[in-house]
Amino acid sequence: MTQTLTPKVLVVGGGPGGYVAAIRCGQLGLDTVLVEGVRLGGTCLIRGCIPSKAMIHVASEVDVMRRAAEGAGRHGVKLASPPTVDLNQTVAWKETVVDKLNGGVTALLKRAKVKVVEGWGVFEDAKTCRVQTAAGEVVIRPENVILASGSVPVELPHIKFGGPVISSTEALSLDALPERLVVVGAGYIGLELGIAMRKFGCQVTVVEAQDRILPLYDKDLTSPVRRWLEKNGVTLMLGAKAQGVEADGNAHVLIVETAEGEAVRLPADKVLVTVGRKPLTEGWGLEATGVVMNGRFVKVDDRCATSMRGVYAIGDLVGEPMLAHKASAQGEMVAEIIAGHKRNFDPVSISAVCFTEPEIVSAGLLPTDPGGSGDGVVTALFPFQANGRALSMEAGDDGGFVRVIARKDDHRLLGVQAVGAHVSELVAEFTLALEMGATLEDIAGTIHVHPTLSEGFHEATQRVLGHAIHI
Amino acid sequence: MGVFVFKLPDVGEGTAEAELVEWKVAVGDMVAEDQPLADVMTDKATVELTSPVAGRVRCLHGIPGEMRAVKSALVELDVEGADGEGSNPDLIPSPSGERNLDPRDTPPTTPLSERPDSPDSVSKELDSPDSPDSVLPQSGDFIFRLPDVGEGTAEAELVEWKVKLGDTVEEDQPLADVMTDKATVELTSPVAGVVTALHGTVGQMLAVKSPLVELMTGKGGMPPQSAAPTAPPLAKEPMKAAAPVQASPVHGAGGREAVGGGKPQTPSQPARTTRALGTKPLASPAVRRRAHELGVELSYVPGSGPAGRISHENLDGFLNRGSAPAAAPAPASGYARRTEITDVKVIGLRRRIAQSMQEAKRRIPHFAYIEEVDMTALEALRAHLNVTHKARGKLTVLPFFARALVKVLPDYPQINARFDDDAGVVHRHAAVHLGVAAQTPNGLIVPVVKHAEAMDLWAFAAEVTRLSAAARDGKAKSEELSGSTITLTSLGPLGGIATTPVINYPEVAIIGPNKIVERPVVVGGQVVIRKMMNLSSSFDHRVVDGYDAAEFIQRIKGLLENPAALFID
Repeated sequence: MTQTLTPKVLVVGGGPGGYVAAIRCGQLGLDTVLVEGVRLGGTCLIRGCIPSKAMIHVASEVDVMRRAAEGAGRHGVKLASPPTVDLNQTVAWKETVVDKLNGGVTALLKRAKVKVVEGWGVFEDAKTCRVQTAAGEVVIRPENVILASGSVPVELPHIKFGGPVISSTEALSLDALPERLVVVGAGYIGLELGIAMRKFGCQVTVVEAQDRILPLYDKDLTSPVRRWLEKNGVTLMLGAKAQGVEADGNAHVLIVETAEGEAVRLPADKVLVTVGRKPLTEGWGLEATGVVMNGRFVKVDDRCATSMRGVYAIGDLVGEPMLAHKASAQGEMVAEIIAGHKRNFDPVSISAVCFTEPEIVSAGLLPTDPGGSGDGVVTALFPFQANGRALSMEAGDDGGFVRVIARKDDHRLLGVQAVGAHVSELVAEFTLALEMGATLEDIAGTIHVHPTLSEGFHEATQRVLGHAIHI
Repeated sequence: MGVFVFKLPDVGEGTAEAELVEWKVAVGDMVAEDQPLADVMTDKATVELTSPVAGRVRCLHGIPGEMRAVKSALVELDVEGADGEGSNPDLIPSPSGERNLDPRDTPPTTPLSERPDSPDSVSKELDSPDSPDSVLPQSGDFIFRLPDVGEGTAEAELVEWKVKLGDTVEEDQPLADVMTDKATVELTSPVAGVVTALHGTVGQMLAVKSPLVELMTGKGGMPPQSAAPTAPPLAKEPMKAAAPVQASPVHGAGGREAVGGGKPQTPSQPARTTRALGTKPLASPAVRRRAHELGVELSYVPGSGPAGRISHENLDGFLNRGSAPAAAPAPASGYARRTEITDVKVIGLRRRIAQSMQEAKRRIPHFAYIEEVDMTALEALRAHLNVTHKARGKLTVLPFFARALVKVLPDYPQINARFDDDAGVVHRHAAVHLGVAAQTPNGLIVPVVKHAEAMDLWAFAAEVTRLSAAARDGKAKSEELSGSTITLTSLGPLGGIATTPVINYPEVAIIGPNKIVERPVVVGGQVVIRKMMNLSSSFDHRVVDGYDAAEFIQRIKGLLENPAALFID
């Protein structure tokens, strides 16, 4: 029999956008229902950010151990034999992390008195959502809707997922390490996973159609990553196009057209296709809601309101950057708007982090952005080579640095980037500085703790001001 | 025991040499501090040079009547110090590490406490702009102090920096403009070096002898006679260098400076501009959110923080200011309200004018007297002279007024006077030093034509032209802007019908001719057109009676209406 719910708010999608929106709705006393078709946590928790970081962590440990087993070892530490990896156990451990977070989200939603409906929801109109659950059909007729369906990996038309061709989702749950992995697409997902697989010991080839890796960032930021790839035997094929996959006996071959126009056959046990993500706009009745689209995304205003009254959309569904923290911020905001608060989405920076080796973070303007370079701008970088903490972690010679970009006339910070081992934790300060409207003098006047990598930020601002100490 | 070389100081702006007029001491004399050593004369004035130290005259350089170059050695003194202090820093090589000390780094070290010299005498030696000889040896770190820019001036206003931190300056390069109650003076660097600190902000009153500019002088800036050994470019360890330096009072004083000015002087920040149009307002997320909730567009909120950052307080201020008009909506019209308020700091000449006007109005009970003068005859004469004596320059009416004044004033000595009201004395002057008010781009300046009584029409005209140009260019000397006994103020073609001029304190009278216009007047029962001018004047009623003032103006009127009488004794 069909159950009908008439909550104040229906949230569709239990990822970092949807579940945060639902919790905030619950905090605000709104009667809220959350529909999730797969698992609470969404791409981020279940098959994205968190599991990939878990795998990268293990891969890096394997890498360190292997190097301790090679030659003279590491700084007097020598392992008698190289480490062996039972990937099933690694994946199982990763799943415990995922389970813990998934359970946490479930508990948080419960505490916020959010009713979770597990099942695939399909809209019949903008205010009617029919969900098939294990316990039968549920029809939800809410006053307000928050669409947070997220995104899915983009499939190449001529290299469909299946068999040896995998997306990032499968790459995080392999039952064995592929001997030869070809990664198609040198964006941050492909490189994060490709680098991790290389650390696990796989032979990795990266095929990228553009002439550079991580095309979102400028060359200065990406060159340390490129250096690592070259130093660690990852084959880079830039300007090359993956044409198709063929079976070759038990193995498979990826056919690639190189930059020179030659057709190259790359034997591969797995082909990881990471050519981007697209908003999930199909299969749940988006067209029935009648909201106006903006290209492949749902069109929203600065309050994340769609063209339909009472229908909001957040996260990957509404546009770039497709990042969990943006979705969460939008989710919180929309909850408050529904509760009657006056809010708008007005961040200075939606910063991004890239867990490659070394890591890259970027907050605010890049030099390649409009207004990020030129006469009105002053900039300086501080290399980690001159940072004691970096040296003490063997992170001083990977070409890493902190870079600041500020306006010349009033010294306000416009952008801060860093590349280097462990720099991901620095991005919070960069973003805070930008959001608080800090000037170079504000950062230069803040005592940064020694010995930490954050001193690099301090020094970079001082360097723009002409008085860096350690360079 | 040491030798102190007293060199001819820079006795006036831009003076390269001075004439030795008279020795006040002889070889072998014991001189006390501040005792006169010699008189020298520049093209401006005779200056008495006093000894910055006590000692015995060992040698005199030059004979009276001789031109001596600035900074050449004048007197050599044997200086006695209990423990050898007072040794001539010029001649006795001293460890030079100290010289390069940044005074900020110098701890308040023992040299200070151990120096038996009173800090005063030492500082005098160091500070006195009259004795650059004593400061020059400070090759490592040079503190340029605000010199005594005018007789008896205790302070001066910093009007403009001519250098900024880090600038390399040449000797004699302008460092700053300061303004006394008399004039704006350009201060030039006595040494070459790099500016390491600027003390004071524009508009600030600075005491004479307070530190103004700190310079790191290189070897190039050292006077040739200095025997200071080569100095390492940067003394990293001030303590190591400090001890041997005790022998030198100058360096000791440098140490003392470190105590006094121990706090690092932050370089004056470049003025923060408010947000440029079109740039996103700078505010924290909380402020942005609150503004959004209140419906306030942050672009219109002035921010007081760095880079124009908007704080909660700024938002409050904006709301408080904005609430009144919101309550009473403006009447609909096509004209926009103008709400901006521009704050202009009253500094420099403006402040000077404000102060003297306030002083004049506060102290002087003014009374005004206005009479009309028929200028037809004088204008005819003026036109005639301008045609017949073209080569001597064009005459305005001003020289005629001056002529009339100098002719009448001897009979009214109480009007050509300066009233020292604090002392209760009126100084009646035989000479007529006529102040002529002039408008300059910066404001009102009153250059003074000295001894106007001794000038003919053209000489007076030429002097006025020269002085006003100098005043406008800011090149007028202090003495050209002070000492007037009576002032003439004319607005020329803007003269109006009548004015009530403010007396140029401490004078007691001011004359303000108004505009000459053709008006119908009755002459001998006929209405005729005459060139008429009103003559406004104000007097200090404390020392000038109304009757005398009226009589005085009537005499002027008589002369102006019968211009031939101007030239008859």
